[in-house]
Amino acid sequence: MSKLEHHGTYTPTSGVGKWIDARMPLPRLMYDSFVAYPVPRNLNYAYTFGGILSIFLVIQIVTGIVLAMHYVPDATKAFDSVEHIMRDVNSGWLMRYMHQNGAHFFFLAVYLHIFRGLYYGSYKAPRELLWILGCIIYLLMMATAFMGYVLPWGQMSFWGATVITGFFTAFPVIGVPIQELLLGGFAVGDPTLNRFFSLHYLLPFMIAGVVILHVWALHVTGQTNPTGIEVKSKTDTVPFTPYATIKDAFALILFLALYAYFVFYMPNFLGHADNYIPADPMVTPAHIVPEWYFLPFYAILRAITFDIGPITAKLGGVIAMFSAVLVLFVVPWLDTSKVRSAVYRPWYKLAFWLFVINSVFLGWLGSQPAEGVYVALAQLSTAIYFGFFLIVMPVLGLVEKPRRLPNSITEAVLERSAKTGGGSPQLGDATASADKS
Amino acid sequence: MKNLVVKLGAAAIAATVMATGAWAASAYPKNKPREQDWSFAGPFGMYDQAQLQRGLKIYAENCSACHALSRVNFRNLADLGYSDEQIKAFAANYEVEDGPDDFGDMFFRPATAADAFPSPFPNKEAARAANGGAYPPDLSLIAKARAPIRGFPAFVIDPFRNYAENGPDYIYSLLTGYKDEVPEDVSVPEGLWYNPYFASGTALAMAPPLFEGMHEFDDGTEATVSNMAKDVAAFLMWTAEPHMDERKQLGFRVMVFLLIFAALLYLSKKQVWARVEH
Ligand code: HEC
Ligand code: HEM
Repeated sequence: MSKLEHHGTYTPTSGVGKWIDARMPLPRLMYDSFVAYPVPRNLNYAYTFGGILSIFLVIQIVTGIVLAMHYVPDATKAFDSVEHIMRDVNSGWLMRYMHQNGAHFFFLAVYLHIFRGLYYGSYKAPRELLWILGCIIYLLMMATAFMGYVLPWGQMSFWGATVITGFFTAFPVIGVPIQELLLGGFAVGDPTLNRFFSLHYLLPFMIAGVVILHVWALHVTGQTNPTGIEVKSKTDTVPFTPYATIKDAFALILFLALYAYFVFYMPNFLGHADNYIPADPMVTPAHIVPEWYFLPFYAILRAITFDIGPITAKLGGVIAMFSAVLVLFVVPWLDTSKVRSAVYRPWYKLAFWLFVINSVFLGWLGSQPAEGVYVALAQLSTAIYFGFFLIVMPVLGLVEKPRRLPNSITEAVLERSAKTGGGSPQLGDATASADKS
Repeated sequence: MKNLVVKLGAAAIAATVMATGAWAASAYPKNKPREQDWSFAGPFGMYDQAQLQRGLKIYAENCSACHALSRVNFRNLADLGYSDEQIKAFAANYEVEDGPDDFGDMFFRPATAADAFPSPFPNKEAARAANGGAYPPDLSLIAKARAPIRGFPAFVIDPFRNYAENGPDYIYSLLTGYKDEVPEDVSVPEGLWYNPYFASGTALAMAPPLFEGMHEFDDGTEATVSNMAKDVAAFLMWTAEPHMDERKQLGFRVMVFLLIFAALLYLSKKQVWARVEH
């Protein structure tokens, strides 16, 4: 579906509307992007996380700007200023808890969004750039959250920053200079806090910029859909408004309800108690554990306990950790399958779910001490993680025999509704779904 | 296919919960904190002002000899149900350093409602010197700064039963958990007290601070160690999270709004999509 196809359905009615349209057709762009924009009629709720993510970016930016009005990026005052926000600023506790838990739910949504892409093959041509822009957003989010976590200047902030910036020293020659540049000195301190605050303020706006590119690319290629078949005719799609708008809104409100439950009733459940102790360079916490959304990568980092030729175990771990994120960028070229969606790929579907389970398991390992049996398990789990991308994806695409594909989205939809909703409630029919068509 | 959402959701929630709950398996505390009934537990739980008042009395008469409470101002005590006059009178019992005066000298004056609780020691070093080398931590945030590992499966269940009283359970258990008999396999260094509830070792430098009958309460509450430990733990939860009541009250309104809104959106969505097979 080209952009031109749905261009021009906008007809300004008022005089002012016509005047603006002739000079700078922004309302037309908005109309074409969010009202008339055709979306496949068979999208399910896995497709609602994109909208949810954009709302969370807004929540983080709005609460963050309010926090920044009261926050003081000074090693001797940062912790106190956050407590001042929690105690004395009007609704400060609300802003702080919304921001803190907002980061957790932002990551929850982005992981669901990425898994959706992996399941339905959303990264395949012609959407490679769209996928890569998404990966860039994810990278920027990780950097933003890491630096944000340092700002309250608690024990975990301080020691997390010390451990993570310490990774860079693994690189020969350039490692130490990079670390010193990040820290603004030889150890985590006041200069670190100041530059992290500056970058933590900047990066979300860079994310917003990349989000615009991401949505632009999306609106050129159109969305995928659970069948993985491209839109072929008008009957395959429905206009974004009201169909997608109302569905996205419903999913968003449900997600916000879950988020609100944590903000109002368990605001500290997802955080670390140690971060309520002011940073103390003289006292190392018993366990330095990153936030949950970094744990799978933390497990991969610590899984490499052996030297590989000239590469020390430490450097190997750092390379493995970065590779675990960077491998996402080349997924469009690793997957050799002609068929896009896992719905029609029985083996890929199985591999996908094993990959999801393995990712959760890696996260759990990341929270365990790197000793004894956990090391061997983390090595196995890391091998499975990379095996999925580097072996399963290219090989399965060549050897797997996919199920028969329907001819069009419309056909798939009608075939399914004939089977399920055809008015004859036979038992055999009740279990039939598009998965089996 | 819609299953995907459900499955992904379940996997993600499991991942989140597992990852945050399953901290590294540490050896301390030897005993898990004992769960108590708290007036402020659960979505509708609120602080019990009478209990907080008793807790304040215990802090003021006892713990304040060693522990600071520097994030709490006297004016905050209005939350406990005290009037401005009562707060003024209470604050005036404390001396705070002020200055410099017109001659450049520092001086002491009675505290006012705007002052924070003065600390018992001028600095960490002095506090350590007076306590056998151990630092008695500022108690303002202690109820949120101590949350021993919940372990599997408790951490998965916690969000469903809305369990967020880890901190006060820990403080209560610590204060009531001193044991005279030390197990064979534990060695307690000179000058420390054995306590299997302590989060960072087998023994700590704080002598048991509470004894039966050591405080008197106007409301007739019996001064058992258990009662006093509970009251002071509740008080410390309040010092760590003074806006909890407000948070839960607002939360209730937000949840009701979101759920009604979600129901309406769901019905509208059904209506909109009714004409389209999908
Ligand atoms: C005589 C001085 C003294 C008094 C009185 C005292 N404490 Fe302590 N407290 C200490 C010291 C010293 C430590 C540090 C112990 C250590 O780290 O070994 C401590 C530690 C603590 C801890 C932290 C334990 C941990 O997990 O690190 C809490 C909680 C605590 N005290 C509560 C209280 C309460 C409540 C009272 C009043 C009922 C009280 N203390 C009275 C000296 C005192
Ligand atoms: C991509 C969006 C963002 C993410 C993922 C994010 C993440 C975080 C995280 C994880 C923390 C630590 C919270 C805590 O433990 O207390 C934090 C703190 C903070 N953030 Fe952000 N943030 C984002 C956007 C912003 C923006 C746009 C601002 C505006 C300037 C901002 C300002 C702050 C401030 C002042 C703090 C310190 C106060 C505190 O710790 O609560 N953030 N952020």
